[in-house]
Amino acid sequence: MADEKFDAIVVGAGPAGLTAAIAMAQAGLEVAVLERGAFAGSKNVMGGIFYRHPLDQLLPEFWKQAPVERAIVEQRYWLLGPNGHMGGGVRSQSFAPETPNCWSVFRSKFDRWLSEQAEQAGVMLLTEATVESLLQENGKVVGVHTSLDDGDLNAEVVVIADGVNSLLLRDLGVHPEIKPNQVASSVKEIISLPAEKIADRFNVEPGQGVSIELFGSFTQGAVGLGFLYSNQESISLGLGILVSDLARLKLKTSDILEALKEHPSIRPLIAGGKTEEYLAHLIPEGGYHAVPRVSGEGWVAVGDAAMLVDNLHREGSNLAVKSGILAGQTIVRAKEKGDFSAAGLAGYQQALEASFVMKDLKKYRRLPHWLESSPQFFNIYPELMNDAGTEFLTVDGAGKREKQNRILKMVSRRRGLWGAVMDAVKGGLKLK
Amino acid sequence: MKLEDKLFLVTFNADNQSHISVKDQAICAQCREKPCINGCPADCWEHEKEKNEVLVSFEGCLECGTCRIICPHGNIDWKYPRGGFGVKYKFG
Repeated sequence: MADEKFDAIVVGAGPAGLTAAIAMAQAGLEVAVLERGAFAGSKNVMGGIFYRHPLDQLLPEFWKQAPVERAIVEQRYWLLGPNGHMGGGVRSQSFAPETPNCWSVFRSKFDRWLSEQAEQAGVMLLTEATVESLLQENGKVVGVHTSLDDGDLNAEVVVIADGVNSLLLRDLGVHPEIKPNQVASSVKEIISLPAEKIADRFNVEPGQGVSIELFGSFTQGAVGLGFLYSNQESISLGLGILVSDLARLKLKTSDILEALKEHPSIRPLIAGGKTEEYLAHLIPEGGYHAVPRVSGEGWVAVGDAAMLVDNLHREGSNLAVKSGILAGQTIVRAKEKGDFSAAGLAGYQQALEASFVMKDLKKYRRLPHWLESSPQFFNIYPELMNDAGTEFLTVDGAGKREKQNRILKMVSRRRGLWGAVMDAVKGGLKLK
Repeated sequence: MKLEDKLFLVTFNADNQSHISVKDQAICAQCREKPCINGCPADCWEHEKEKNEVLVSFEGCLECGTCRIICPHGNIDWKYPRGGFGVKYKFG
């Protein structure tokens, strides 16, 4: 195999790597994708929401064939206190069914399907192939060393799509080791339920579903989020906790998930369900400032490997797809010019900056540090807000002004009125 | 539901060699917190008190990388399993 030289080798068959490969193969480039799992998707995990945009630009109307679960017609946001939650959400039929906004998906099924689309476009997919290192000559990446018997493969350019742990970018010296406050450790369960039960519990038509983002006291004061998504015949329930907080507060994600399943707002939604699978994965949480250099001599980095996740909107796979497409297009142009140097690939960084990917990350660049340094959002407000709401709606003979005063006292005692005002003002500034 | 029962639901194709190891047991012996033990979502790490060593059972590793990041001493040698080995998710 060492004699053969590909235009591009893609390391990792996730949404970023596969879309990069498809974009290149569609333009006629010779592309190989190396996947360490038994099949594309077998190692891949996410919460479970996949957006139509931007994959439909690469594969128009892909959702008509792709293994998607339910079109999400309602997105709920719940702030969990110990005894319940307060929440809001948006439900709209414009989210479905003609051109859905997003779906719940299983990556193991979806990525496998996407890899078949890549093969149909002419991509060579090699599974059970772990890339152990990058081959370099004179400071330029020229291929990969794999766990295969005849393991070295050469290419003009390597697309680094090996996910959040990206050992390849680390070994390349592009970024130092990931810091514990830049990733969340997440766990998830797939809990099976009959389709009719899901339709009833979430008040949806067949094929339609609900997503619920969970914030609140269940993280036991740690920076973290939970989620509950309805699939065709199951619920995905999971959470992620910042790794630095796991260490600081001595928490166990598996215990927190087990407690979340017993929460009074969650338990009825999963009651009678059977756990089918338990999964774990890291989620990039560092935002804009954690994004490393994304291209160099003979290489580009895409998706989670480049830490492209917008946590506030729990968007990741769409950023991965966009980065994959832009990287693929850049490499196609590099091939036309015959220039795979850092200069020849620099267009990728510029395209990424000009896209929603880096614009959104830049908009929220202050968020990770602010949340990390504001534990009140995880250990004071969830219970306080729920108690305030409960006080306000409980009829007990007290007048409404008296209720208002009780709530102000609650805020004053637990957070301080000035602190609460400043949190609101700062919040506005940090997210503007 | 117990964690061991959940892990029983996961499909693994375990290699005969570990993809994770402690670089230097002397460093672990002095590490008070040992956050790898609590941090691992699959309970792969344990402190063997008699020999005062930190041991890993790689067979049930979900390959998340939490131990790699949470170790305050960078003392975990962490690679991906060889091609085709390790966890194999049905749903993902």
